[in-house]
Amino acid sequence: MNIKINRQGSIESFDIPFQSTTLLKALFYIKQQEDNSLTFSSNCRSGVCGTCAVRVNGKEVLACSYNYQEGDLVEPLAYHEVQRDLKVNKQKVRETLKNSKAWLQSSQQAEITQEQVELTQKQTDCILCDSCYSSCPVLELNPNFIGPFALTRAYRYTADPREGNIQSIVDTIQTNGIWDCTLCGNCTEVCPQGIDPKMDITMLRGTSSQFGYNDPNFQAMDFGFGGF
Amino acid sequence: MIDVLIIGSGGAGLASALRAKELGADVLVVGKSYPTASQTSMAQGGINASLGNVTADSISSHITDTIKSAHKLCDNHMVEYICHDAPKTIEWLESLGVPFDRTAQYKVAQRQLGGASSKRACYAQDYTGLKILHTLYDTCLKEGIEILEEYFLLNLITEEKVVLGAIFLDIVTGEVKEIRAKSTIIATGGYAGVYRGFTTNSEGATGDGIASVLRAGGVVSDMEFVQFHPTALKSSATLISESARGEGGYLVNSKGERFIDELLPRDVVARAIASQIANGDEVFLDIRHLGEDKILHLMPQEVHLCRLYENIDPIKELIPIKPVAHYSMGGIDVNRELEVTGLKNCYAVGECSNAKVHGANRLGGNSLLEIISLGRLAGENAYKLNVDYSNRDNQQLQKEQEYIESLFEEYPWERNFYQIQDELGRKFYNDAGVVRDNTKLNNLLNELRVIKADIDNMGIGDKERKNNTNLVEFLQFKNILEVGEVILDSAIVRDESRGAHYKEAFPNQDDKLYRANSLYWIEDGILQNRLVKVV
Repeated sequence: MNIKINRQGSIESFDIPFQSTTLLKALFYIKQQEDNSLTFSSNCRSGVCGTCAVRVNGKEVLACSYNYQEGDLVEPLAYHEVQRDLKVNKQKVRETLKNSKAWLQSSQQAEITQEQVELTQKQTDCILCDSCYSSCPVLELNPNFIGPFALTRAYRYTADPREGNIQSIVDTIQTNGIWDCTLCGNCTEVCPQGIDPKMDITMLRGTSSQFGYNDPNFQAMDFGFGGF
Repeated sequence: MIDVLIIGSGGAGLASALRAKELGADVLVVGKSYPTASQTSMAQGGINASLGNVTADSISSHITDTIKSAHKLCDNHMVEYICHDAPKTIEWLESLGVPFDRTAQYKVAQRQLGGASSKRACYAQDYTGLKILHTLYDTCLKEGIEILEEYFLLNLITEEKVVLGAIFLDIVTGEVKEIRAKSTIIATGGYAGVYRGFTTNSEGATGDGIASVLRAGGVVSDMEFVQFHPTALKSSATLISESARGEGGYLVNSKGERFIDELLPRDVVARAIASQIANGDEVFLDIRHLGEDKILHLMPQEVHLCRLYENIDPIKELIPIKPVAHYSMGGIDVNRELEVTGLKNCYAVGECSNAKVHGANRLGGNSLLEIISLGRLAGENAYKLNVDYSNRDNQQLQKEQEYIESLFEEYPWERNFYQIQDELGRKFYNDAGVVRDNTKLNNLLNELRVIKADIDNMGIGDKERKNNTNLVEFLQFKNILEVGEVILDSAIVRDESRGAHYKEAFPNQDDKLYRANSLYWIEDGILQNRLVKVV
């Protein structure tokens, strides 16, 4: 089996002398037996720590959860500063969590039903692997876009009955936030946890309307006919 | 000046950071990976608290169960502390927004785990650790707690046994840096990663903090006690949560026979499975009878992992399993204030520590409780200690820089340490695993000492300073050797069977000689040990 790895722009080819297994095992084989300098990130080997996301043939996967195929091209995540080979700077991207204030703003006592827990059960499965962020075409145009995972996380807290100040989150995600999303659904497609950020963003738009916010794109599209 | 330096950004580290910050401390958290990548994310089953939300329960039953499982090696005072603190711990997590599952009466749902006399484990599907950890992380961002990521602990800075902070390798830049603080909390996680390839643990569970305490002249204890989880996937060693058995899953051999009560403590179940495997049989977990709906609701992660790593559908098929190293009970020896024995201004908490709440065997659901409850206690105590020695002169930084420098200059590479690490993992599993034998332990200890003596013939092939993961992995390997030596020596010394430590030649618990904590430390370059009776 042969795989190709994008290392700082140059494509290197490696032969793996065993049948397809996880991509992470192949990367370890290369690092330990062939080339100590191959650099990538990983940790739990079981798809919960979110460390080992890369792109294979242009699509985001967790290296520990993907079985490689002959000729695969492995590349670092997009819209992240590449530190070396497949290792990227996630710290900067984590700033989006601060920008979206994705936490419980003000904790209040609440009776919570199992149905309410299940409403955001998927969203709280997020492992912060950044796959969705890497797949998001909006970042090509607007590097300040908060991005899918931080918005999903913001939604998760707005939907928590313990949240006593939904408005604070809603106010925060208006600029470079929910209205910048094109609802293309790439994020939903690549999420290894089956989360649907596109739907979460749609839900946040609904909540925002309740707080008096409108889609600024609609206003921009008002051609003098009184708008929509 | 930093009041509290916290090394390790898993659940214990973040909980102590939040508590210290809440009290007004200037806090810095430093970790070798991203906070949400820590081992806490892998804890599945639940967190114990005797809330009695589902079945009748009491704090005293929680205490009794924990003490029973500890096989007389715990400190009853510490067990009482965490069991009493457990309901408050859940309340605190609730106030941060942890999405626990609910009962029909809107209360936190609780499930059965092995060795518990009631449904005591609060859970969020089988992602309990993940969801607690991420909520703690969100709260740290909210509170503006500074977290330095990708800083690898090289050594504690000590001056006459007083810890002044620590020295780190900044993985991204390759620089060696020192961070001084009034007090230091070590929360670096366990050492089951020694059993490489035969552990549910992440690659990073290499006992870095424990090794650093040994090097600083501090004391570690009960390192022979490593818990083997009965059910990991056979080919990948990936954990299948105890909740699979708690919800009614069976263990069967290849003849389809059940051979053990699945809800007995982990050590008993692991040995029963190991003995089936030793007799040439295969062992499977069978959850098919629970039905698709229940399986998909309660164990979505397990279904995903089985499909991915074992290529089977657990709704329709048997799950092939084996017991693997899962949790380290031993660790940095601490007193009831969580201060490290033998060092000053230094605390340890979480899996890296031995606060003697688990004794010889940990109950499922008690480790998440420990990291949160004692994590908060560590944050509190470390902040209270307001003695500042951190400006003392110290030449250690230069030494550390020189050492790292030397690894770049020389390139022996006569032996591939990765290969040795893999072989060592297999040998630890076979010779220092579920069932132990003195001859095998002694042989392995000799072999490990030969490897240690040969370390200068190994090294790093990658000479780039920045983002050098080869260097980090080599330093972790060195930690494994130091920690591994203590595991083996203490296992040899303990000629009895107790909890997770089982010797065929000494199948009984011998309270007269061995109802004692085994303490290890380094003095004048030589490993010393002493058994200290539990009172």
